[in-house]
Amino acid sequence: MKKTIIIFIFFVLTIENAFSLIKVDITRGNLDPLPIAVSPLHIDNKSEDFKSLKEKKLGEEISKIIEKNFKSTGLFNPLKKDAFVQKPDIAHLKPRFEDWRLIKAQALITGKIVVKDKKLKVEFRLWDLTAAKEMLALSFTTTPTNWRRVAHIISDKIYERLTGETGYFDTRIIYVSEKGPKDQRVKKLAIMDQDGHGTKYLTLGNELVLTPRFNPTNQLVTYMSYFKNMPRVYLLDIETGIQEVVGNFPGMTFAPRFSPDGKKIIMSFAKDGNSDIYSMDMETRVVERITDHSAIDTSPSYSPDGKYICFNSDRSGLQQIYTMRSDGSQVKRITFGSGIYGTPVWSPRGDLIAFTKMRKGKFYIGVMRSDGTGERLLTENYYQEAPSWSPNGRVLIFYRETKSDSKGKGFTAKLWSIDITGYNERLVKTETDASDPSWSSLLSK
Amino acid sequence: MKFNSALKNFVLVLFSTLLISACSTAKKASVDTVDDVYTGTDTVEYLANGVPDRVFFATNKSSLTTRSRDTLRKQATYLRKNKDLTVTIEGHADERGTREYNLALGERRANAAKDYLMTYGVSGKRISVISYGKEKPVNPASSPLAWSQNRRSVTIKAN
Repeated sequence: MKKTIIIFIFFVLTIENAFSLIKVDITRGNLDPLPIAVSPLHIDNKSEDFKSLKEKKLGEEISKIIEKNFKSTGLFNPLKKDAFVQKPDIAHLKPRFEDWRLIKAQALITGKIVVKDKKLKVEFRLWDLTAAKEMLALSFTTTPTNWRRVAHIISDKIYERLTGETGYFDTRIIYVSEKGPKDQRVKKLAIMDQDGHGTKYLTLGNELVLTPRFNPTNQLVTYMSYFKNMPRVYLLDIETGIQEVVGNFPGMTFAPRFSPDGKKIIMSFAKDGNSDIYSMDMETRVVERITDHSAIDTSPSYSPDGKYICFNSDRSGLQQIYTMRSDGSQVKRITFGSGIYGTPVWSPRGDLIAFTKMRKGKFYIGVMRSDGTGERLLTENYYQEAPSWSPNGRVLIFYRETKSDSKGKGFTAKLWSIDITGYNERLVKTETDASDPSWSSLLSK
Repeated sequence: MKFNSALKNFVLVLFSTLLISACSTAKKASVDTVDDVYTGTDTVEYLANGVPDRVFFATNKSSLTTRSRDTLRKQATYLRKNKDLTVTIEGHADERGTREYNLALGERRANAAKDYLMTYGVSGKRISVISYGKEKPVNPASSPLAWSQNRRSVTIKAN
């Protein structure tokens, strides 16, 4: 995916970090989202046509993507455009702050687009309406077909400026697309933009595929496939489409995940009824055994500094979550609550572990500190599992299945997201039924 | 009084019908699972006459019940008689667990069956195992009965 975009941050007009009046607190559920006006980006009259791109509509479309992104956070309330009081081009030069305050907006985004010499140049500004000043101004140049990504990058920059956290809009989700009756599901690897746009299918559905996960640079995916009826962990290069088996194991390998530096794949290997955790160095192909226990050890996930691993084991009799040093030493059980636990995933911020909890016939997605304290259950449902973190560690995406009737009808699998505050639960739209989501890191860093 | 006795008969018939149907539901429930393990025959196929192809497990467990061991001894006898046969044992889990753990659990169940066949004289070289976790339910319903039928290991002729 390296080829897809080269974006130059052209010039920074101003960045004022100090003392803005508006600041969005994302550490708790926000019941009073910030009213924000996203003015359509105006098209510079020097603009040229580019292929089939309807550049006249581009300004409008980009502003709509930004609005949709902001709305999805639950932290912002994008105002309706028909109440807007100034033309986009004039507002972009300098807004009449008192007029925008009249429609209760607290922040305003304006912008300008030029398509020239087959390049798209987008310039935008964020205005603090209460303090009557500019908070941020940036400009990007890229190829015109990348216009959706520009909208996501602008969203990230503004989110960052207003919340003090990095954004998660210029990202992708890889997942398993599902079709067909429950007992004959056809599953394919699929990838899409975080907002559900641009779905591409990476496998044909000839064999069962499960649990895809990105490497840190989002170019490689590790997943499990039943190719030739041999369940093994595979590596897929998204750009070239080349797939290869990971390691040379004489049995099932599963539950793969990359190390935070992308140099290793960690996974389970099952032999003679016992699953243990192994890692493989991608360059040297050296395989290292990390756990050696007669119980099931699976679902390993590294801490972001690579020093620790959290994993799932039933060595106590039932599924619980454990941590250990990445060499397998200092194994420590961290879950003791009632119920059983699975799918631990370490937050990219390092502070929390997300998990699935099963208790009295219900499934929960929750988070806890990495020592097992401070457990918080975010959502309860009939069936849900497999949380994956947004790159800023603020949102979890997971999948949820519905109950089926005696004929297997009524079964669905869908992606959902929820903030770690427990608020803002949302259906993530996909073209087909979907499961096993994995969130990429930011595509442009 | 003729009317009365006719009514009486009718009530009697009705009562006994209710009694029978009550019996049959009670009987059905007790036949289907014992201690969370499916004991019915609805989904079972046969490797040969009198040789069931599958055994069932309790939730999150991979231990073999007396009944399962009986089935596996029949399979072992059959396989010892048919020396050229090789088999694949598929291990499965129900849908009420996390996907990755279920893959491991299916593998453990298939190996529990394999180990037992080996104890009864079938060479391990003739048996391969594969786990499907919760991916291939035999009964797609979301009910305790369906889940008990799906927690299984199935011996399939491979040649």
